[in-house]
Amino acid sequence: MNKILNEINSDRETQIFDCDVENDIALDEKYKRKNNPNIPDLAEGTVVRHYTALSRKNYALSTTFYPLGSCTMKYNPIINEKIASCAKFAEVHPLQPENTVQGNLEIMFELEKALCEISGMNNFTLQPAAGAHGEHTGLLIISEYFKSKKEKRTKIIVPDSAHGTNPASANLSGFEVISLKSEPDGTLSPDKLKEILTPEIACIMMTNPNTLGVFEKHIPEIAEIMHANGSLLYYDGANLNAVMGIARPGDMGFDVMHINLHKTFSTPHGGGGPGSGPVGVKSFLKDFLPVPTVVNENGLFKLNYKNKKTSVGQMKAFYGNFPVLLKAFVYIKSVGGNGLKEASVQANINANYVLNLLKDKVTVPAGNVCTHEFVLSSKGRLGEGVRTLDVAKRLLDYGYYAPTIYFPLIVEEAMMIEPTETESKQTLDEFVKVLSGIIDESKNNPEAVKNAPSKTPVSRLNEVEAARNPKLRW
Amino acid sequence: MNIPSNLFYAKTHEWARKEGSKVYVGITDHAQHEITDIVHVELPEVGKKFKKTQPCAVVESVKSAFDIYSPVSGTVVEVNDAVLSSPELINQSPYEKGFFFAIELENENDLKDLLSAEDYKKSI
Repeated sequence: MNKILNEINSDRETQIFDCDVENDIALDEKYKRKNNPNIPDLAEGTVVRHYTALSRKNYALSTTFYPLGSCTMKYNPIINEKIASCAKFAEVHPLQPENTVQGNLEIMFELEKALCEISGMNNFTLQPAAGAHGEHTGLLIISEYFKSKKEKRTKIIVPDSAHGTNPASANLSGFEVISLKSEPDGTLSPDKLKEILTPEIACIMMTNPNTLGVFEKHIPEIAEIMHANGSLLYYDGANLNAVMGIARPGDMGFDVMHINLHKTFSTPHGGGGPGSGPVGVKSFLKDFLPVPTVVNENGLFKLNYKNKKTSVGQMKAFYGNFPVLLKAFVYIKSVGGNGLKEASVQANINANYVLNLLKDKVTVPAGNVCTHEFVLSSKGRLGEGVRTLDVAKRLLDYGYYAPTIYFPLIVEEAMMIEPTETESKQTLDEFVKVLSGIIDESKNNPEAVKNAPSKTPVSRLNEVEAARNPKLRW
Repeated sequence: MNIPSNLFYAKTHEWARKEGSKVYVGITDHAQHEITDIVHVELPEVGKKFKKTQPCAVVESVKSAFDIYSPVSGTVVEVNDAVLSSPELINQSPYEKGFFFAIELENENDLKDLLSAEDYKKSI
């Protein structure tokens, strides 16, 4: 394990350059520190070596294939970073006068237009900081809508194939969650939906394609049933990477949705950067969107605070995670409409390719055709006492980031793989070879798999002990 | 798998034990085994009312979180604080030291709707 900076030899190291800040400032004794602050006092070279050593232990998209299902770890083009680091973007202040940041406002305005075109919705807020924050924002909009109609709707339907954050967001937004069981093929049944429908239902939250990587076949019917009940439809757009340029949630009958810009439109996320979860609505909900929104008045871009009375309020300090908005905008504009469609098509092809190479090694609960990701079950397909967790840990030994495991909950010993469109056939072939090899190894040499990883900077962590008795410092 | 014959069982893997007008509630040995090592528990507050099958507590393992449903309707009269600081009690002793709470039974008939040990065994 590396030491942290404070633990590296604290004796002042040899410095070639003297500190040029005057340290004998006339300051009243009572304001002076009694002890020196605990900040590292190290030579620049030591600090550089420290961070370089840490960075070499990193798993990152720039070093390895990252098949983390549901997270869409696609390649983030360098041009996004190049443009986002221009001083005109990187050095602006959020309180600058509007006339000095016309370009930034225009990008937000144009991004909103692009998202409307991609999704089939009519208006967007760019404020939410990530997917779940978008869900919360969308549900508050739905809540305000029903309040304005003086309808008491307290419940939300969440299928068991939806993203795990959906029930949490519904709960946080003050709704009671009603669960809807998916069919054996992974899709939702309109008949079963009818059975649980009551006048108290505010909306259904659907993830499409759902967490099994299956496109929902009955959306038009479901939309009709929900709207006839006076209820709305929420689209969790986390899996939009499978359908962009091909199908639009707005056309399918959804009223509210969020888009994970950081997944679908290639910006670093997870441990590598912040997210952004814009929320789109149909026109009849636009007065409930958070303020401010960007408008164009006589050629000038402005922040519009109208709707203040009906709006759900401001969801984030200032205007959202602007650098993420900017990078997503660069991506959309650089690949264009056809490029977005091509990306989705290739994401589907790559996932189906990997699924079909692996389908005989494991169980495939939702069939042999998937969209941009798929779920495998290793139940009964591994050696004695070996579990999915062990396989995931063993993958680390071979230099791969592990797929998502034990999610979705409806599949036992689940492993969720999302290759994304940016990986080559060669990379996918190598991954399949390694994963198949580990499944064989679990039968021939189960201990090697159960004790993995052995080649990583830290070996298997005791997750149970860490959760029960966490030792927190700094 | 330990399934005591003197208890009532819910399909959702809770057990119920009647003591006077109170019913003690916990999760079955099968449930704790499937959930694996429990690392966190949320219990209801004393005085809170629940209808049967309503979610009333949460258990969490490193793998996932699960809702616990009240097997009967009534008012919570006692909670087992010990499992909050030592959630492993639920794994070690699901029917005794690892119980969740006790509920004042509203309707005796609720117990009749639950499964016997034999029927529960068949269901898993």
